[in-house]
Amino acid sequence: MALAGTTYPKRDYSLTGPERERAIARGLASAEWYHSDVPRKEMKTLMKRSDGPALRDTVLWLALLAATGAGGVALWGSWWAVPFWLAYGVLYGSACDSRWHECGHGTAFRTDWMNDWVYILASFMVMRNPVSWRWSHARHHTDTIIVGRDPEIAVMRPPEIARTALAFIGLPDVFRHFAVLWRNALGRFGPDERDYIPEAERPRAIFWARIFVAIHLAAVLAALLSWSLIPLMLVGGPRIYGTWHMVLTGLLQHGGLAEDVLDHRLNSRTVLMNPVSRWIYWNMNYHVEHHMFPMVPYHALPRLHALIRHDLPPANRSMAEAYGEMIRALVRQRREKGYYLRRTLPPTARPYREDLHDDASVPRTPAA
Amino acid sequence: MPDWVDVCAEDEIEEEDVIRFDHDGRTFAVYRDETGAVFCTDGLCTHEQVHLADGLVLDDTIECPRHNGRFNYKTGAALRTPACVALATYPARIVAGRIEVAV
Repeated sequence: MALAGTTYPKRDYSLTGPERERAIARGLASAEWYHSDVPRKEMKTLMKRSDGPALRDTVLWLALLAATGAGGVALWGSWWAVPFWLAYGVLYGSACDSRWHECGHGTAFRTDWMNDWVYILASFMVMRNPVSWRWSHARHHTDTIIVGRDPEIAVMRPPEIARTALAFIGLPDVFRHFAVLWRNALGRFGPDERDYIPEAERPRAIFWARIFVAIHLAAVLAALLSWSLIPLMLVGGPRIYGTWHMVLTGLLQHGGLAEDVLDHRLNSRTVLMNPVSRWIYWNMNYHVEHHMFPMVPYHALPRLHALIRHDLPPANRSMAEAYGEMIRALVRQRREKGYYLRRTLPPTARPYREDLHDDASVPRTPAA
Repeated sequence: MPDWVDVCAEDEIEEEDVIRFDHDGRTFAVYRDETGAVFCTDGLCTHEQVHLADGLVLDDTIECPRHNGRFNYKTGAALRTPACVALATYPARIVAGRIEVAV
């Protein structure tokens, strides 16, 4: 199973290049996507908002962060500190992603200010500009895995497997993310950011970037002044040593599946997971369901899954199984242009725009 | 004098809910609040042309089903990004158990 060498050039995943024009010309931009039929009455029950589940989970999250952080500091210098830092790292550097995501959608809590404050806190932890990424994620939902339109495609073709593996320790992502915050703090935005962030929103993006950069620089300064790693173990560092669970679960969302289709059943993956990972990940393992109905809160996704699974490809039964199929696909994508895991719909499912899923319409050469 | 258009029977919309209403080549969203009063707005989100009738009515707000942008459906005001542009609103009333809108 050779990893070295690919046989074709990388597709252009920028939002301002020829793939953008190609996506628009093919009718893939801001298109009509497939939705499973759910009776309005049941959908209203699923969409219902409450503060209870997210308050419980957030109080537990913050309490565990405080307890494990305090334990790590108290036992610093002893091997007994290691499990505390391992737990703190995941709670900070991985759980932040799902809190960022759900509160960004505004579905975690019923009360808006709770969504907003947890969103800001989680954005800081995950080192994302809270304004820019709200717009980036809106685009990801409009044009999911549409090349030239979606700014959040994690695994591009041909896949860079070594680079993907490095993401498990936050590299080079953490530096790339910090560089973006730094650039935003200076009032600068890249061409892709200018494509999806309205001009009126940019002053707010600059404001939050400056605050986030200042806090991270203060942690670096505190580490230098105290000549101790503890400030960086508490702030910023977990984005490196605790980010592995975020990447472990996040890569499965779309990795190895179809690009340029208008059906989330074909480009997203639902994976049944253990309860600890589901708590850290706030049920985003039900990823097809989330993309199809993003207004359903995380705590209702298992019920939504039960309601529509007859219309979905079978869920992967475990992370191990999902990784098995995804890694095989990524390795094959290194060599074989246009290869992807083709999802098979069950006989009870309604097909939709199958033409986009056909081999003949999958791009085999980058757009000219 | 506005031209009132018949939409449906009053009880065809649950309280705190919304339906889609297409008329004369345009699409609208017609709402009932928790007191039973009726309201009408344009039917598509001003952000990306998604039918609001598939969204969630929560107090005085309608949440877009695709990006969770929110509007006050009584005033049309955009309340939450990515919705930034207000919705147009139209008069609505109940006459003899029927909902009518002036669009």
